[in-house]
Amino acid sequence: MKTDIVLAGVGGQGILSIAAAIGLAAVKENLYIKQSEIHGMSQKGGEVYSHLRLSDKPVYSDMIPLGQGDLILSVEPLESLRYLPFLKKEGWLVTNSKGYLNIPDYPEIETLVKEIEKIPNHLLVDADRIAREAGSLKAANMVMLGAAAPFIQVSEENLEDAIRTLFARKGEEVVEKNVKAFRAGMKEAGEVS
Amino acid sequence: MFLLGDEAVAQGAIDAGISGCYAYPGTPSTEIMEYVQASKTAQEGGIIREWSANEKTAMEAALGMSYGGKRAMVCMKHVGLNVAADPFINATITGVNGGLLVVVADDPSMHSSQNEQDSRYYGKFAQIPVLEPSSQQEAYNMVRVGFELSEKYGVPVLVRLVTRISHSRAAVVPEKPDRRKELKLPQNLKQFVLLPSIAKGRYRKLLSSQHVFEEDAAESAFNQLILSENATKGVVACGLAYNYMMENFPEGDFPFHMLKLSHYPVPEQLIRAIYERSEELVVLEEGYPFLEDVLVGLPAKDKPVHGRLDGTLPRDGELNPYLVGKALGLPLEEPRGIPAVTVPRPPTFCPGCGHVDVYKALNVAMEEYGPGRVFSDIGCYTLGALPPYNAINSCVDMGASVTMAVGAADAGLVPSVAVIGDSTFTHSGMTGLLDAVNKKSPVTVIISDNDATAMTGGQIPAGLGKIEQICLGLGVEKEHVRTIIPLRKNYGENVEVMKEEIKYKGVSVIVARRECVRILADRKKKAKAGSEK
Ligand SMILES: Cc1ncc(C[n+]2csc(CCOP(=O)(O)OP(=O)(O)O)c2C)c(N)n1
Repeated sequence: MKTDIVLAGVGGQGILSIAAAIGLAAVKENLYIKQSEIHGMSQKGGEVYSHLRLSDKPVYSDMIPLGQGDLILSVEPLESLRYLPFLKKEGWLVTNSKGYLNIPDYPEIETLVKEIEKIPNHLLVDADRIAREAGSLKAANMVMLGAAAPFIQVSEENLEDAIRTLFARKGEEVVEKNVKAFRAGMKEAGEVS
Repeated sequence: MFLLGDEAVAQGAIDAGISGCYAYPGTPSTEIMEYVQASKTAQEGGIIREWSANEKTAMEAALGMSYGGKRAMVCMKHVGLNVAADPFINATITGVNGGLLVVVADDPSMHSSQNEQDSRYYGKFAQIPVLEPSSQQEAYNMVRVGFELSEKYGVPVLVRLVTRISHSRAAVVPEKPDRRKELKLPQNLKQFVLLPSIAKGRYRKLLSSQHVFEEDAAESAFNQLILSENATKGVVACGLAYNYMMENFPEGDFPFHMLKLSHYPVPEQLIRAIYERSEELVVLEEGYPFLEDVLVGLPAKDKPVHGRLDGTLPRDGELNPYLVGKALGLPLEEPRGIPAVTVPRPPTFCPGCGHVDVYKALNVAMEEYGPGRVFSDIGCYTLGALPPYNAINSCVDMGASVTMAVGAADAGLVPSVAVIGDSTFTHSGMTGLLDAVNKKSPVTVIISDNDATAMTGGQIPAGLGKIEQICLGLGVEKEHVRTIIPLRKNYGENVEVMKEEIKYKGVSVIVARRECVRILADRKKKAKAGSEK
């Protein structure tokens, strides 16, 4: 059993929280984990990614080998395409459909959607809308985690517990908003796929 | 524990009983010190752990603590070792009293750096043992072993990290901690006096240790030679490259002779053993072709050696499992391409950043002189090189803005302007400013002071609240040390101040001070969280 996940987004969109939640859940299931992160220069409104590798056997490389990723989980559609070389043939691309427009030459969203639809296993999620409906636009990252949960080989209960642990520091209200967002994302994935 | 490679190093050092951690921030090494600073054990144990003004001062302070008989660690990014090279090399001659570990994080592929220099060369240049971990656990263990080696042989030991180990997390199992050492002077109080008469003897001692360093490496648990029954190819995998090779053979069923190399100097005995058994060798190493260079130059070389030099692997950039698999001749499928629409998203100034207001005003103030006169430096403000500002013409090494402006003015480029951050200024800009003052250079130095070392995460800068005093102390005339607040509402006024000082035919300094917006936001958040409690 292994799940190799590329997490993608723009600096500040909370992909490290997604990584932390999956990591916590995987620890609970006694899996081996390696998680590489991006720190430094590119954090400032630039492209950021994290490689998360879960397996029941020891993991060697900190980076996912090209063409072997099981899942690209992206909080931003343009960013979801940047890491396609890592995705295996039958891999899943799960991405937020709402663009983060902070560059002058941001492509037409239709062009991006067309590229995303070329990937046989893809799931486009309007995470910003779902997050807003669930009570916090900030929790769009947890909507995306929910939407991708079916493709991650750790149980949904453990993921939810991990979210509770992760946000516990910030108070009950923040925890509930994030859990609600996670569940809404999961529901969306269930309806679409 | 689930730790970044950097954090594993920090935990290893805390458990090795260090009394001091010295560092100047720099990606990808920054998290080592940050972890020590946040550690409760470190706090309770009174471990010294403040940022230094630069890597040289950090290295020297660490050497001083070692003189006192205590264990010290000094951390930096690869280019930091250029700054600290003088004390580093000379510390190999003085030797140490308490263990001294030098941890340097290289950045192959230049994710956040000006170059991708390979610190193993520094280790060889210094003629000391070098340890290069392939995993977070090994990073932890190597710190413990590194201190033992340092004390056993009385020399500093170098640990070389690379970005992908520094910034990747994995499980680490810690071991029983060592006790911190008591203050104890060196037995010979002249050991650290590098007068030629003493230095010659010390250097001979270092040279005479070389063969034991190599013997240690040959027997090191971090190096591993596996000879197979009927393999013809040999693979030498250094440091992290070992993981990339194993990733291609997760069951360990590789059809090669294999040497995992993580402890240097290069142990000739192990190299010879794999060379003799193989018909050809492939060398996998992160960084420069350090080992490959040695093998290619073997006097009696009669077998092919493949690696970065013969094009089997790319000459630059970091390795990955795919490149390594290809180099080993595995039939790997071409990965998907990146669609052409995927435009890059470069880093940008944060909304509201004060550096932006500095550049907007400077661009107007410089209009009458034309482009090509603004030297700058390293930090968030380097983003001023990108559109729409296109405001600066250099970024070389910390502090170079000031001195390059002086040199350009010497060449006749008058006026010349330098733009430098506050942390960069106290790192290496101050001495250049003294040069400028002494020769009355017609330069204007703009210190874009955001009260932070922002680029690397907002560490407290060494010159906090002291910038004007420093400039005055160095001899800049009082009327030409001006302070402005880079805000949109002050735009007109700021342009005027810049115009005046740029016109002045001597040294002028403009301190543009406004707190980093990120630090400000964090501070407000914390204050809010505090008041709610
Ligand atoms: C010798 C050396 N040490 C460290 C670094 C890493 N580094 C790059 S920018 C920077 C911070 C600069 O801070 P400051 O000058 O205050 O500018 P700011 O980022 O706050 O705008 C550091 C530490 C480096 N590039 N070179």
